[in-house]
Amino acid sequence: MTQKYRLDKEGYINRKKSISFKFNGKKYFGYHGDTLASALLANGIHLVGRSFKYHRPRGFIGSKEDEPNAKVQLYNGAKTEPNAVATEVELVEGLVAKSQNCWPSVSFDFGAINNFLSKFFPAGFYYKTFMWPKSFWHKIYEPIIRKAAGLGVAPLKPDPDRYEHKFEHCDVLVVGSGPSGLGSALAAAKNGARVILAEDKSKFGGSLLTDQVTIGNKTGKEWADETVEQLKSMPNVVIKNRSQVFGYYDHNMMVMFERTKDHIESPNKYTPRQKLWYIRAKEVLVSTGSIERPLIFGNNDRPGILLASAAKEYIKKYGVLVGKKPVIFTNNDSAYDAAIEFKKNGINPLVVDIRKNSEGTAVKEAKDLGVNIKFSHAVANTKGYLRVSSATVGKLNNDKSGYENLENIPCDCICVSGNWTPTVHLASQSGNKLKFDEIISAFIPNQSHQNETTIGSANGSFTLKKSLEDGFNKGFEVSNKLTKKNIKSDPPTSNEKSYDNYEKFWCMPLPENKKYKRCVDFQNDVYVSDIELAIREGFRSIEHVKRYTTLGMATDQGKTSNLNGLQLVSNIENKIVPEVGHTTFRPPYTPVTIGTIVGREVGKHYRPTRKSPMHSWHEKNNAVFVDAGLWLRPRYYKQGNETLQQAAKREGANVRKNVGICDVTSLGKIDIKGPDSAEFLNRVYTNAWMKLPVGKARYGVMLREDGIVFDDGTTTRISENHFHMTTTTAQAVNVLAHLEYYLQVVWPELDVNVLSTTEQWAGAAVAGPKSRELLKKLFPETDVSNEGFPFMGFKEENLFGIPARVFRISFSGELAYEINVESNHGIFMWEKIMNLGKSMGIQPYGTEALSTLRIEMGHVAGSEIDGRTIPSDLSLEGMLSKKKDFVGKRSLNREAFLNPNREKIVGVIPVDKKTMIPEGSHLVKDKNAALPNPKLGHISASCWSVEYNNPFSLAILKEGKKRIGEKLYALSPLKNKSIEVEVVSSHYVDPKGERVRS
Amino acid sequence: MLEIKCPYCGSRSQNEFSYGGDSNIKRPELGKEVSDKDWDNFIYLRKNPRGKHSELWHHVAGCRQWFKVLRDTSTHEIFKTAKLTEEL
Repeated sequence: MTQKYRLDKEGYINRKKSISFKFNGKKYFGYHGDTLASALLANGIHLVGRSFKYHRPRGFIGSKEDEPNAKVQLYNGAKTEPNAVATEVELVEGLVAKSQNCWPSVSFDFGAINNFLSKFFPAGFYYKTFMWPKSFWHKIYEPIIRKAAGLGVAPLKPDPDRYEHKFEHCDVLVVGSGPSGLGSALAAAKNGARVILAEDKSKFGGSLLTDQVTIGNKTGKEWADETVEQLKSMPNVVIKNRSQVFGYYDHNMMVMFERTKDHIESPNKYTPRQKLWYIRAKEVLVSTGSIERPLIFGNNDRPGILLASAAKEYIKKYGVLVGKKPVIFTNNDSAYDAAIEFKKNGINPLVVDIRKNSEGTAVKEAKDLGVNIKFSHAVANTKGYLRVSSATVGKLNNDKSGYENLENIPCDCICVSGNWTPTVHLASQSGNKLKFDEIISAFIPNQSHQNETTIGSANGSFTLKKSLEDGFNKGFEVSNKLTKKNIKSDPPTSNEKSYDNYEKFWCMPLPENKKYKRCVDFQNDVYVSDIELAIREGFRSIEHVKRYTTLGMATDQGKTSNLNGLQLVSNIENKIVPEVGHTTFRPPYTPVTIGTIVGREVGKHYRPTRKSPMHSWHEKNNAVFVDAGLWLRPRYYKQGNETLQQAAKREGANVRKNVGICDVTSLGKIDIKGPDSAEFLNRVYTNAWMKLPVGKARYGVMLREDGIVFDDGTTTRISENHFHMTTTTAQAVNVLAHLEYYLQVVWPELDVNVLSTTEQWAGAAVAGPKSRELLKKLFPETDVSNEGFPFMGFKEENLFGIPARVFRISFSGELAYEINVESNHGIFMWEKIMNLGKSMGIQPYGTEALSTLRIEMGHVAGSEIDGRTIPSDLSLEGMLSKKKDFVGKRSLNREAFLNPNREKIVGVIPVDKKTMIPEGSHLVKDKNAALPNPKLGHISASCWSVEYNNPFSLAILKEGKKRIGEKLYALSPLKNKSIEVEVVSSHYVDPKGERVRS
Repeated sequence: MLEIKCPYCGSRSQNEFSYGGDSNIKRPELGKEVSDKDWDNFIYLRKNPRGKHSELWHHVAGCRQWFKVLRDTSTHEIFKTAKLTEEL
């Protein structure tokens, strides 16, 4: 249970609540309030992973989201999560974590051979080496490289957790709860604004949790706690911890994830793991703070070398020492805070300071405490393989190009500080063009592009006083734009240390004749030598250097490495940093689990399911369903051990012989009303509509303006100014939008209204030679004779007390009717038809039989109306009115559309009359021709003809009907088939259409 | 995700709308003779300006009205929205 590096005071942890966890198979203990990182460090563990490319041993660098190295794989099985950042993982009982990118173990990693071969693997190595032979890339090089490099392992099973999405609006969103964030949230809230304050850590307060400052007469922490309590009590404030705002999108759409489960020991079964918040904020205050920059020196990536601010945070927040023999290496005052904390806890640090001197109060305090300081010195190199064991320290010569004397100082950790980099990610994502601030040598936001204001140290204000002022003033300003209440809150007085200047020097020289590796980007394994190489090879744009070396890429988005990389490039090229520019900051700021982005839209919730009112009947009668857009339609009704083909054959044959019933509810239905309705139809359909009598239906074809067939269906004139249009299932939504476009935008003078009524009507097609007999039973009072109710006729009827619309239309090519009733009577209608049809041998038929019937009749559907065909391609030229203009007509005169050799619809049967032709097969003249075999056409739809009991297909074939009688080959390399076929008419059954009129 | 002010419903998120292209495109009148070139221009040719662009949007998941939007194509700033009968 001993945690050798745990202090018995300090930190916001509960020492009474011990928590056990496993790391790399071994059991350890930490305390409630720890992160995985602080608990490991309390146990003296720095070595947590291996570097991306060279497999160099790596330890913690940071203490928060900036951590580039400590990526671990959490848990096992379906729950496993790769690339979790150990500094961000809250410790819970039973947590299981392991190191990534190492085999067989983190302390003995076989891949580390790459490190010894590293001079063979510089930047661009993969691009240069694995060029040839080309065929090797896919099967040999890529899989090996992928295995050797890389991060964690993705889970192979579905995520067992639940994730939620939430939409929220507010006046002011404050991101980050440090001094400026808390101040601005308070000022905005007091001024009456609806505020959301988001903090990504579990505790509010940011730097106030670790800095020794006073605000008013309280410590920083006390002030933060009080302010948070005050904000929580205000009804106009939503305050969220564990909530990372990771993306800034257009029109102030902010996206945030909230961690709601993983930190809870025994969560409820229904507790979502994370929530994704879409927040539309009128104003955004970005107070995301700043990240300490590392220094670059020889072998600066050994475990035990970390940021000074991290060392301080581990002491102040978790009561953990990162080492007992610390060297602190800095170019500025802030690292002295870490030295002071060590000293106060009985540890003697050595401070190595690049500067000649410093007058800052922290330095004074350190001196007064007796801290040993070496000014004008630098760390040139380090030793220790799995953990740093010594620092090679020397006095820098005057121009800082080398060292005067070097000595080896034993140590167990090196805490580095290269000053601070404002966290400008969100501001940059908002479109803010950043500017380079010479005083802090870093980029800060400039002209806001959206309603975004960056405050506090994210804006380069590194003092508490300025951050509080910034917060209160901007909080008031932006809220007052919205509330105009003029309630201004003044910032409280504060007390903090004074800071002296830092030295603008980050990259230490190499001692003479030494070639130590100096790491710039820890996560992507990019070294000073890689950047030098990229520039030597001619990469000038920083975006190109980034891509060639991978500097600043990957999950940490260069949080610790970007500016050091830019400084290096600017030094090598003798340019100033603003001339070099910076690479683009992209969301997400920290990695986001895919499950969170997906939310509840998984499995059957991926999209809505539309069901017909008769769905339950289909289910009870062994229907096998198929997706038709969002609809679930019966594909066939299974009897016994039938296959799909057998069932379709049985159902289709019964339609041809007796009578069948098919659920056609999913067809699009549009109600069209108004005095200009006929004129409107006349314009959007290719055929004539003005003279359609009331009580008659007509088949219509719609084109796009470019002449391509868009949709087809029947439209019925219910009364003088009232029409009922049907569309295909697939295009129902698009046809409505198309009609609305023409009515509203193109011809607003037409007095017509359109409304979708697809879901209001339940539809049943009753088809087959016995359908008239059945209709007579359904509507005994009605004259259903061929004269009384002719083909394309329409009647408003009464189905045993239920109002019904009856159309004599046919898709199957048989004598057929379609009956519509209001949706809630759908089941009644269906059961009535089934009952009364029993004596005629009625059977339900699904979409498979429906397809079969329409294919052998040569009726076109979606597989022929495929966005490439014009009316004449589909033998629909008879549908084109010569007397009037219509949408798309002008395009039909285009040269390519008049070409007589275009691909047109035909029928195709296999010569052996046995082999089904796979849909999508290509039609060719010579099956053995050299590839690419010239394609004459393709098979659009195939069926087993129930009429002739042999396979039949529709095809779109070059020169179409001219080829009837020709023998061709249908090739399907996918199914490895080559079938000799004969071209026939597309109207395979009843070519004269006598049955529908019988 | 843009926030678009439908002139009939008020401000809504972009996912309620669908885009309808340049609002200045006028369909040639029905029945009028149109040259191949003019027809091609109408069907295929669109300007692709950087900056202000007046365009049509359709409030498909709302009131189903088409309306006009003046938007900056590079910044996505929306200056104004208007009914079809109004000037942008």
